[in-house]
Amino acid sequence: MLLQHAAATGAHPLSDTVARFVWLLPLLPFVGFVINGLLSLTSAYKAGPSDPSAAHDEAHAAVSHESEEHGAPGDDHHSIARHRSAGLVSLVGPGVLVLAFGLALAIFAAMRGVGEMHAPFVQQYFSWMPVGDLQINAAFQLDQLSMVMVLVITGVGMLIHVFSVGYMQDDPGYPRYFAYLNLFVFFMLVLVLGANYPILFIGWEGVGLCSYLLIGYWFSDKANADAGKKAFIVNRIGDFGFLVAMFMLFANLGTLDFVSVNAAASSLGAGSVLVTVICLFLFLGCAGKSAQIPLYVWLPDAMAGPTPVSALIHAATMVTAGVYLIARSNALFSLAPSASLTVVVVGSVTAIFAASIGLKQWDIKKVLAYSTVSQLGYMFVAVGSGAYVAGMFHLMTHAFFKALLFLGSGSVIYAMHRAYHHTGKHDDAQDMRNMGGLRTYLPITWALMWAATLAIAGVPPFAGFFSKDEILGSLFARHEGSALAQAHFLGIPGNIVILSCYVLGLATAFMTAVYMTRMMLYTFHGPNRTGDREREHLAEAPWVMTGPLVALGILSVVGGWFNLPGIIPAGPVGVLEHWLEPIVGESTLRLTNGAPAEIAHSTELMLIGVAVLIALAGIALAFVRLKPERLVPASASPPEHGVEEVLLNKYYVDELYDAAIVQPIVATSRSLLWRGIDVGLIDGLTRLFLQSKDDDSAPGAVRMGGLLPRSLGWFGSQLQSGQVGTYAWVLVIGMLFVLGAFSFR
Amino acid sequence: MERTYLPILLLVGFVVTNAVAIILISHLTLRPRPTAEKQTPYESGMPVLGDARERFSVKFYMVAVLFIIFDIETVFMIPWGAHFRQLSCGTDLVAGVCPTGQLSLFGLWEMLVFIAILLVGFIYVWKKGALQWD
Amino acid sequence: MPIFDLSHPADLTAALFPDLLLMGGAMVLLLWAVWRRESAAHQRTIGLASIWLCVATLGAVLYMLFHQGHVTDGPIAADSFRFMVDVIVLLGTIAALALGIDDNDRMGTTTAETHVLMLLASSGMMLMAAARDLMIVFLGIELMSVSIYALAGLNRRSVRGAEGALKYFLLGAFSTAILLYGIALVYGATGTTGLYEIHQRVVELQLGSSPLLLIGMALLLVGFGFKVSSVPFHMWAPDVYDGSPNPVTAYMAATVKTAAFAAFLRVWLEAFNAEIGTWHRAVAMLAIATMVVGNTIGLLQRNVKRMLAYSSIAHAGFLLVAVAAGSMQGASAMLFYLLAYTLATFGAFAVIVVLSRGDAPVTTEDLSGLWTERPWLAVAMAVYMLALLGFPVFGGIGFFAKWYVLKAALQAEEPQIALAVTLVLTTVVSAGYYLYVIMVMFMRPRPANSEAVTPTPGWTRFVMVATAAAILILGIFPDQTVRYVVRGTPRLGAYVPPVKTAPARQAALTH
Repeated sequence: MLLQHAAATGAHPLSDTVARFVWLLPLLPFVGFVINGLLSLTSAYKAGPSDPSAAHDEAHAAVSHESEEHGAPGDDHHSIARHRSAGLVSLVGPGVLVLAFGLALAIFAAMRGVGEMHAPFVQQYFSWMPVGDLQINAAFQLDQLSMVMVLVITGVGMLIHVFSVGYMQDDPGYPRYFAYLNLFVFFMLVLVLGANYPILFIGWEGVGLCSYLLIGYWFSDKANADAGKKAFIVNRIGDFGFLVAMFMLFANLGTLDFVSVNAAASSLGAGSVLVTVICLFLFLGCAGKSAQIPLYVWLPDAMAGPTPVSALIHAATMVTAGVYLIARSNALFSLAPSASLTVVVVGSVTAIFAASIGLKQWDIKKVLAYSTVSQLGYMFVAVGSGAYVAGMFHLMTHAFFKALLFLGSGSVIYAMHRAYHHTGKHDDAQDMRNMGGLRTYLPITWALMWAATLAIAGVPPFAGFFSKDEILGSLFARHEGSALAQAHFLGIPGNIVILSCYVLGLATAFMTAVYMTRMMLYTFHGPNRTGDREREHLAEAPWVMTGPLVALGILSVVGGWFNLPGIIPAGPVGVLEHWLEPIVGESTLRLTNGAPAEIAHSTELMLIGVAVLIALAGIALAFVRLKPERLVPASASPPEHGVEEVLLNKYYVDELYDAAIVQPIVATSRSLLWRGIDVGLIDGLTRLFLQSKDDDSAPGAVRMGGLLPRSLGWFGSQLQSGQVGTYAWVLVIGMLFVLGAFSFR
Repeated sequence: MERTYLPILLLVGFVVTNAVAIILISHLTLRPRPTAEKQTPYESGMPVLGDARERFSVKFYMVAVLFIIFDIETVFMIPWGAHFRQLSCGTDLVAGVCPTGQLSLFGLWEMLVFIAILLVGFIYVWKKGALQWD
Repeated sequence: MPIFDLSHPADLTAALFPDLLLMGGAMVLLLWAVWRRESAAHQRTIGLASIWLCVATLGAVLYMLFHQGHVTDGPIAADSFRFMVDVIVLLGTIAALALGIDDNDRMGTTTAETHVLMLLASSGMMLMAAARDLMIVFLGIELMSVSIYALAGLNRRSVRGAEGALKYFLLGAFSTAILLYGIALVYGATGTTGLYEIHQRVVELQLGSSPLLLIGMALLLVGFGFKVSSVPFHMWAPDVYDGSPNPVTAYMAATVKTAAFAAFLRVWLEAFNAEIGTWHRAVAMLAIATMVVGNTIGLLQRNVKRMLAYSSIAHAGFLLVAVAAGSMQGASAMLFYLLAYTLATFGAFAVIVVLSRGDAPVTTEDLSGLWTERPWLAVAMAVYMLALLGFPVFGGIGFFAKWYVLKAALQAEEPQIALAVTLVLTTVVSAGYYLYVIMVMFMRPRPANSEAVTPTPGWTRFVMVATAAAILILGIFPDQTVRYVVRGTPRLGAYVPPVKTAPARQAALTH
C-alpha cells in the first residue's frame, strides 16, 4: 500500500494529533495478514479430501467416521495437528489487533481532546480512479461515527483474536485462519474509514470475501463450502442494489464523497421519488450484508465457519455494516421518509420472524444466528425511524453481548468436542439435546452467558436493556407528528405502521427472552445428556479463552452506561448521543419534523415498565414451561411435528427460495439476468449459453434469447472445419469484402 | 502513369497467348496414334526401371532446402557488389568516383555482419548434424 | 538526451541498440544451444540465459524510454510508443520463456533452440514496433512469423501440433504475399515506403482516391488482419493455438498480437492518417465481426485452450475498436489494453501448463472443483478470467483496459457508438465463458476419478504470481500505468498533422 500524505488535510484540529496516523489502523491488520499469509504458504499445503462423497449430510449426525479427518457436521474441530509456526502466528495475529486497538484508543483520546468537531477529518492518499468526470480518491475519513465503529471493531476484534488462539490451537490451518481474520479486520476498517462510497464498497466486498473464505474455512466439507457460496450469492444481490444506488448518486450529484454527498443531498429534493429509490437500493445492499428479509437466509448457514468467526464477522461487525451504511447515509435517508419507513417495517418483521425461528432450534449456534438476525432487525428499526444514535448504541451493546454469547457457545462446543474426542464418540457437539447440566462443568462460561442472556433479553441494568429500550422508545415517539408518521407504506398511513411495528418489537422482545432462556436452560441446567464416559472430560476452557469472555461479560453488564437515558440518571446521560450529535443530529431532527425525540416522562416510564415486564415474563415462561429433564439426546429424539416442525425448518424459506427462485432461475429465466441481476453473472449467464440444444425445460421466448448468441457461435464454428483450403477461401472472401469496403464510399 | 505498365501488360498478354497457342496448335494439328512405347515416360532413351514416384530419404530434402537457403542468401551479394562504391563512400559519388577523404568501411562492415550471421546459421546446421549424410 | 541522426550508420545502430542486443545475444545463444548435447539440463540453462538476455534488453529499452532524445525522420522510430511496445513484448517473452522451461520439462522436449527461436521472434517484434518504413515492417513481420512457424510445430510428435503448424505456415505465407502485394501497391501509388513520406505524398499529391493506393491499403489491412487474427482472417488461430505447446500458444495469443497491433497502428496512424474516412469503415466492420464471432464461438468451447483462442480473437476485436477510434487516445488505450491482456493471457496459460497432462487438451472438466484441490490455483485462474472479462476490482487492470478502449471509442472525433455498443454487448456474452470457468472451478465437485494436479513448477509459479499480482496491483493503481502509456503516444502523434475532416470521411462516418 502506497500510503502517503498526498493532499494537505487543511487546518483540521485533528491534523496535528495522533489521528494523522489513521492510515496505520488498517495497515496493522494488513501487515498481520501478509505475515500470517506467508507463514501459511510456507507450510506444506495439504488440501482436504477431494472425494465429494465424503460430504456430510445434516441428517446423519450420528454417523461415525473412522478417521479424525472428518468431524461431525458443524463440528468445529477437524484434523488435529498443531502448526509448526503457530507460536509466531499467535504473536502476530492478535498482536496487530492489540496495537490497532491501542492506536484507536489514542485517536479517540485525541478526538475527545479537540472538543467539538463538526467537519470530518479526511486524509487523501492518491487518486484512485481518475476516469473522466469520476474522481475517486483513496481517502480515509475519521469522524465520530467511524470512531465508534473503529473502537468496536478493534476492541471486540482483539478479544476474539485472543480467544481464537485457544480455540484454533490444534488446527493445521492455524496461520491461514489468522491471515483471513486479519484480512477481515483490514477490510472492515477500510469499510468504516473510507471517505467515499467506492472505498466503502471495497471494504464491503472485502469483508464479504473474507466472510466467504472463513465460512468455507473447512472447505473440505461440502456443506461448509455450500454455505460459503450461499452467502456469496445472496450478498451479490445486495451488492447489486448498492451499486445501482451508487451509480444513481453519481449520476445525480456528480460525486461519491460522503462530505459532498451530505452537502448536496438536499438538492435531490426531500421526499422525492429519486431519493427514495436511491435509499431503497441502498437498503437492498444493507439487507444483503446485514441479513434482513428477504436476504437473511445466508447468515444461519454461515455458522458453518469456526465459532470465533461467527462471533466476529457474523455477529459483532460485518453484519452490522448495513446499519453503519444507513447511519452513514443518514442525510439521504432522512430525506426519504417512505424509504425509512420501509426500513422500519423490514427490520421489525425480520426481528419477529427470526426470533420465532430461534424458538425451536436445537443447534446452539443456530439459535444465536437467528437471534443475531432478529437483533439486526432491531437496529434497522432504529436507523429507519431516524434514531441513528439508538441504532449505533444497539450495534455496540449487541457487539458485546452477542460476541460473548458466541464465544461462550464456542467454549461449550470446545468442551463438548474435547469430551467426545477423548472417548472417540462422534456426536453433534452443537446440539443442545446432547448438552444439559453444563453449569457444574463450565461455571465461568455459565455465569457469563447468563449475563449476556439477561442483556439481550433486556433486563435492567444490563447493556441490552438500555439500547433496546431506546429503540422501542424512539419508535413509539415517532408515531405522532414525525415525517415518518406522515409518510405511507404501501398505502398504509405511517402512524399505524409505526404502532404495529412497535407491537412487533415488543413481541420480539418477549420471544427473545423465551428462546434465550430456553437455550440457557437446555445447555446449562437440568441433567447432563452428553454421555456417561464423556462427562468426566467436560471442563472449562483455558484462560486464553475465558479471559476474553470475562472482558466481554463486563462490557455486557456496563455497556448501557455509554448512553443512559435521561430518565435514568445513574451517571452521565446520553454520552453516545452527544458524541454522534454532529453526524446525525440534523437528520434525526428532519425526520421528527423538528420536534425533539423526547416523549412525556410518564409515558416513557410506562414504556420501560412494559418492556421490562415483557422480558421478565418471557424468562419466567421459559422457566415454567420448559423441562430440561425431559429432553433426550439428539440421536434418540423423535422427529417433530406441527408448528414445531415448521419452526425447526425455518418456515421452509430455504425450500421456498429454492422452489420459487433458484430452480426457475436455474431452469429457465437466464435471459432475464441479462438485464443485470448479479446472481446471473455467476450462475445464470453461463448456463444461458451453455444449455444443451435439446433442453426443453425453458419457455420458448427465453430460449430464443439465449439461442441467438449460441446459434451464431454454432454457425461460426461450422466453418471451422479444419480444412486449410476452406480457411484460405474464407480469407479470400474476407479480402474481397475489405476491398469492397474500401471501394464503396 | 498507367502507361508505364503497358509493356508489362503486353508481355503478360504475349506469354499467355503463346502458352495457350502452343498447346492449342499441337492439339489441333496432331492425330493421336498411341502405342505402348509412346506411352512410357521419356527418360533420355534409357529403359524405364520403375515408378517415378518414389519415396526419397528426407536427407535429400534437407540438403536441398539448405542449399537453396544459402544460395539465395548469397545472391544478396550481387546487389551489394553493384552498390559497393556508393556504400563505401561517405557522400554521394561524383561521376562514379568517391571524393578523396570520404571513403568509409561501412559497406564492408555491412557485408561482414551479413556473412557472420550466415556463418552462425552454417555452424548451427553443421553442429546439428544436418550436413551429415549418415 | 541523445540526438539520433538516422542517416549516420553509427546513430542508426545506436537507435537500434536494444534490438541489436537481443539479436546478437540470440545468435550467441544459438551457438551455445547447439554446442552441447541435447539434455533437459542444457535446455534449462539456455532458457535461463535467454531470460537474462531479455532482462538485459528490457534494461536497455527502459534506458532508451527514459532517456530518449530527438530523432530525425528515418526508417526507425525512437519514440515512447516503440519502447512501451518493447516493454510489453519483452515482458511477454520473459513469461513465455519461463513457462517454456517448465513445459519443455513436462513434455520431455530437450531442444534448447526453442528458447532461441522465441528470442528471434521477439527481436522481429521489436523491429515491428520500431519500423517507420513498410520494408522494415515487412522484415520484422517475417522475422517474427518464420520463427513462430517453427515454434508452432515444436511438438513434432503431436498430430494436432504438426497440422496446426502446417496450416499456420501455409496461410501465413498466403497472407504475407497479400501484405507484400499491398506494400508494393502502396509503393506504386506513392513512390515511397517510408510511413510519414507516404502520408505527405498522399496529402500533397491528392492520392486519396487513387485505386492503386486504396487496393494497397485494403491488402495491407488483410495482411495485418491475419496477423492479429481478426475475423474473417482468423480461421487459422484456433487450430494453431490448440496444437502448439502451451507457452508458444500464450506467446502467439498475446505477444505476437501486441507486435502486430503496434505495427498495424503505426502504419495506420502515420501513413494513412489522412485517409481515415477511407479505412475507417473497413476497420470498424472487422472489429464488429471479430468481437461477435470470437465471443459467440468462444461460448461453445469446452477445450480451455480453444476457448482462450477464441477469447484471443475476441480481444483482437476489442483492440480493433481502439484502432478504429483513430485517435491518440485510442493508441494509448490500445497500449494499456495490450499490457492487461498480455498479463492475463500468460497467467491463464500458466494455469494450463500446470493442468496439462501429456498432449491431451485441457477441458473445463479438468477445472471442475479445482477450488477444493488447489485453491490458490483456482483463485489465480479466477483473477485471470475476470481480468480477461474486464470485471471491476477483482479483474484488476482488465476492467480499466476495457474502460479506456470504450472511452477512446466514445471520445473519438466521431463517437463510435456502434462499436461501443457491440463492445459492451459482446463483453456480456463473453461473461458466458469466462465466468463459466470460474463457476466450474468453484461450484462443481471434483470428479471422483480425477488425478491429483501435479505441483506447480517453479517458473510457472513465478509467472502466475507475477501476473496475478500485477493485474491486481495495477488494477488498484491504474493511473500510474496510464501516465506512462499516455506518454507513449505523443511522439507518434508528433508526425501527424491534425486531421482535416474531408467530405468523404463525413459520409463514411455518418452511415
